[in-house]
Amino acid sequence: MAPLLRMHGIDKRFAGIPALRAAELEVEKGEVHALIGQNGAGKSTLIKILTGYYTKDSGEIVFDGKPVAFSSPQEAQKAGISTIYQEINLVPYRSVTENICLGREKRRFGFLDWRAMHAEARALLARFNVDIDVHRPLMAYPTAVQQMVAIARAIGFEAKLVIMDEPTSSLDEREVDVLFGVIRQLKEAGVSVIFVSHKLDELYAVCDRVTIMRDGRTVQVAPMAQLSRLDLVTTMLGRELTKVLSETHTSDDGADRRDPLLQVQDLAVGRKVRDVDFDVRPGEIVGLAGLLGAGRTESVRAVFGADRRDGGTIRFAGSENAIQQPLDAIRAGMGFCSEDRKLEGIIPDMSVRENLTLALMPQLARRGVVDEARSREIVDQFIKRLGIRCSGPEQRVRELSGGNQQKVLLARWLCMNPKLLILDEPTRGIDVGAKAEILSLIRELAGQGLGVLMISSELEEIVEAASRIFVLRDGRTVAELEGDAVNEQAVMAAMAHGHENKPEPAHG
Amino acid sequence: MAETVTTLPPRPTQEAPRYELKNLLTRYGSWIALALLILVNLAITPNFATWQTLNVNLTQVSAIVIVGVGMTLVIATGGIDLSVGALMAIAGALAPLIFLGKLFPLPSPAIGIALAFVLPVVATALLGWFNGWLITHLRIQPIIATLVLFIAGRGIAQVFTNGNLQVFNLPEFQFIGLGRVFGIPFQAILMAVIVIVAAWMLRRTVFGRQILAVGGNERAARLAGIPVASVKQRVYLISGALSGIAGLIVIARNSAADANLVGLGMELDAIAAVAVGGTLLTGGRATVIGTLVGALIIQLVRYTLLANGVPDAAALVAKAAIIVLAVWLQRQGQR
Amino acid sequence: MNDTISFKTLQTIGRFGVLLALIALIVFGWLRYDNFLGTYNVLSVLRYNSMFALVALGMCFVIITGGIDLSVGSTAALGSVVAALVSPYGAVPGLLAGVGAGFMIGACNALIITRLNILPFIATLATMLAASGCALLLAGNQSVSVSYESGFTELGQGDFLGFPIPAWMALTAYLLGSLVLNFTAFGRTVLAVGGNEDATRLMGLPAIRVKALVYLASGGLAGLAGVILAAQFGAGQPIEGVGWELFAIAAVVVGGTLLTGGVGSVGSTLAGVLLLGLIFNILNFENGLGWISLSAYWQSVIRGLFLLLVVALQARLTVRTEETA
Repeated sequence: MAPLLRMHGIDKRFAGIPALRAAELEVEKGEVHALIGQNGAGKSTLIKILTGYYTKDSGEIVFDGKPVAFSSPQEAQKAGISTIYQEINLVPYRSVTENICLGREKRRFGFLDWRAMHAEARALLARFNVDIDVHRPLMAYPTAVQQMVAIARAIGFEAKLVIMDEPTSSLDEREVDVLFGVIRQLKEAGVSVIFVSHKLDELYAVCDRVTIMRDGRTVQVAPMAQLSRLDLVTTMLGRELTKVLSETHTSDDGADRRDPLLQVQDLAVGRKVRDVDFDVRPGEIVGLAGLLGAGRTESVRAVFGADRRDGGTIRFAGSENAIQQPLDAIRAGMGFCSEDRKLEGIIPDMSVRENLTLALMPQLARRGVVDEARSREIVDQFIKRLGIRCSGPEQRVRELSGGNQQKVLLARWLCMNPKLLILDEPTRGIDVGAKAEILSLIRELAGQGLGVLMISSELEEIVEAASRIFVLRDGRTVAELEGDAVNEQAVMAAMAHGHENKPEPAHG
Repeated sequence: MAETVTTLPPRPTQEAPRYELKNLLTRYGSWIALALLILVNLAITPNFATWQTLNVNLTQVSAIVIVGVGMTLVIATGGIDLSVGALMAIAGALAPLIFLGKLFPLPSPAIGIALAFVLPVVATALLGWFNGWLITHLRIQPIIATLVLFIAGRGIAQVFTNGNLQVFNLPEFQFIGLGRVFGIPFQAILMAVIVIVAAWMLRRTVFGRQILAVGGNERAARLAGIPVASVKQRVYLISGALSGIAGLIVIARNSAADANLVGLGMELDAIAAVAVGGTLLTGGRATVIGTLVGALIIQLVRYTLLANGVPDAAALVAKAAIIVLAVWLQRQGQR
Repeated sequence: MNDTISFKTLQTIGRFGVLLALIALIVFGWLRYDNFLGTYNVLSVLRYNSMFALVALGMCFVIITGGIDLSVGSTAALGSVVAALVSPYGAVPGLLAGVGAGFMIGACNALIITRLNILPFIATLATMLAASGCALLLAGNQSVSVSYESGFTELGQGDFLGFPIPAWMALTAYLLGSLVLNFTAFGRTVLAVGGNEDATRLMGLPAIRVKALVYLASGGLAGLAGVILAAQFGAGQPIEGVGWELFAIAAVVVGGTLLTGGVGSVGSTLAGVLLLGLIFNILNFENGLGWISLSAYWQSVIRGLFLLLVVALQARLTVRTEETA
């Protein structure tokens, strides 16, 4: 049987630099096909060419038996290709119904038939066991529901192929299971899915075959079952992987002897954080684990003064509850890398140098005037130390890859010599190689006495990096894990069962 | 640094030649346009290369540039200030009331003149601070917040003077608008000083960097410890103060203060100068010198047309075309 | 997600706020002044404010898409001049000419914004200057008298079934506008574009076309307002229209439409127009009472304060919305 989609010999250059070189992709009907590769390997470019966002330089695309060359996402949608993006690309202020039906409206006498549209929206969502008030605006619902709405829209448009780009990055484990259920339903209905993701577990759980891209080429296509994880990652990276995520766990000797650097007790913030406790000692990496919505980000933001604390105590650097705004925290010796570096981290049009010295500026200045020479010195130093890949300190930071941007942000705080560094999802959206670099850097810094408070939704990562983990659930600390208890099962158990089954903190 | 897997090799930094030309055009485009304008005028306009022409143009452009500098800073933070014209009117209404002794009795004329310089600027600076307060503390969008004074401010000036024209003849005060230093109009020198100070401040001081950071990504700036609200308040205050100065210059030049007319349309002229000069209207990237060049371009086009017999109304159309062209070129360069 | 106050409720409060303020103002006027609610006053107010109402309607659609149209005042001026010039040929030709001129400016806006990808603020700033220039050129820098023989002035000064014709035009426009916004795909796309333009495009909707059309409509409506101006006051005025765009923006915002786009209502825009227009009316009455002598200049001050009050309240409400969502 002919494949549903066949992309062959696709070339694409941007400003003379090749992004795709004779790339290939083939998807069968009713197949869940994984598309993976590092950042820059070309997978999003390939997808964008397929969906009509970009035009290819050469090659051919055959979809459902016909050669096609879409010039807009609208065309692709009409032909039966729908895309679910990482950021929900729907309209938040508009009702669920509109988000599902707009573009395929039902009419009566030329005017919109709202009753019919509401009914259809409800029916489509019912297929995934989602029962919500379709009149309300989309933004009233959590990300997971919004994604269901996006999928319902795709089904409504009778998609033959649904492309999912990192669909699980904002979902917790429960919601991911629901999504996989939906994907299996699609498969049974004969709809094909292209699944783009960094998360190996998920790929192995739900995909049939995988296409691996590297440097703009398709380097391997194979059934998932025949490819071991090690082989997959090796092919993706193009060289032998010795120690990516399996650094041995170093215990911090003497760490538990010292006084805590940061002590948070009974913290309450807004409606999400009710009663949270945790502490960090110098030289220690403390992890905050929990499902989405557990209140981790809100807690650390309150510690840093980015959001208002409603109750409880935060002790840091000898003072209690002294931090009202980020400036106070910074002066006291804290640094904070926010969850979304595009939204709250980098200043895109400014140079690497300006971004790096952003927090340090007041200290670099004499009577309000910036000391350029000193700032250049410091920037060069940190570019070397962190291995930031850029064409120079004056390059605009928006042109850097995600991993390098994250390094710039880390440098922003490191050059201030903080006592405590708070990292919220520091390796999100970063390819495997850069992830490893950043994690080992964090370990190195902790070894030198820096206290690190890290939030990560990747269990594997947080268990590897942290020597102590606090598990949060529904705005409360439900477990503190140390030593041997720091393992994925214990964390998951704490996340799932919370109070009822609080594991004893092991000693040693 | 531990042994790690490398990511992709860094992108090659050399670019094909034609991209360099494009780059060049957008960076220096406004300068090139200005140069072209001057050349064209030298060729076709009679008496262009005279001191008088230079002075006339400088005089007409000074107020716009001064307001434009304030506008540049405000736009750099991602905001906008629509109240500048109204603030000019207020300053223009207050000054004569002060030095003519109508507001309160003056101990001496010299003090009257001094106060007439200081108080109006202080007043407009405070109103600018009020704009900043609306924006930072009441979280009102800049376009709406400054719209309030745009609507009400001129009315305030009109109420103060009852819409009447105030005519005066006071050389000591009017020096700011009519005086010359070594043959160059004083207001042009004032303009130049303000431009240089502002440009330097934006590039080399912490405050300047903070302004650009706030415009570039306000949330990131806040998390990096930058006092966002304070930065914004200060730029609006500066914009207010500069509007006040511009208002004084205008009335000094005309020997008359008409609250109905002073600064009318100035906000648009200033914004046009800023846009043509290369500052991004969304904030985060700004050039004060660019605003100067932008204002000069617009002024020169108008002068070119007028001096060659084209009706003033047509100059408006020309101004419109320039704005569109300049901004379009800017965008091309950003790709 | 949010349990206590829903987004919808907050929006409704915002909108009803205007209505309440309007009613309060009407009651105040009715109690305080004789003839405030008399036929003459009511009809004059409606007749006079029809022009602003039309302009505000166009502005409402534009703002909902997240844009802005600064050229409406000058477009109205241009419309009035063109209409006055064509008025000797009759009411309908004059009307069509004025609206046509408005459409042309609207088309310029549409092209510059959607093809050249220039920010609406700048684009319409430019067309405002251009329209103003054209108006002055066509009119020879002075007012252009309309022809009184051709019946053109009926458009502005006449009545139909006892109700001023301009008011009929405005009313019809608003009814159509509301219908379009709520019951056509076009209208819903307008709202979607303002909510998230990229998403709207990715959803396959004709975002660009919709944006172009709202600017076209805004121009046409401004042209119509200009026709009414000329017909009502007997002359096309090239320098009139100054400040109209800001009046319109104020009315739209006061009515509860968010300047950032994505949310808005036609009806509340009308309420906003009436609210701001009534202030002028009340000032006149107050002066007539002789207790205070407030010059017309106070009108701007009071309008500004009103805007401030409304906007401050709105800002409070929207911040609350973001926190609960």
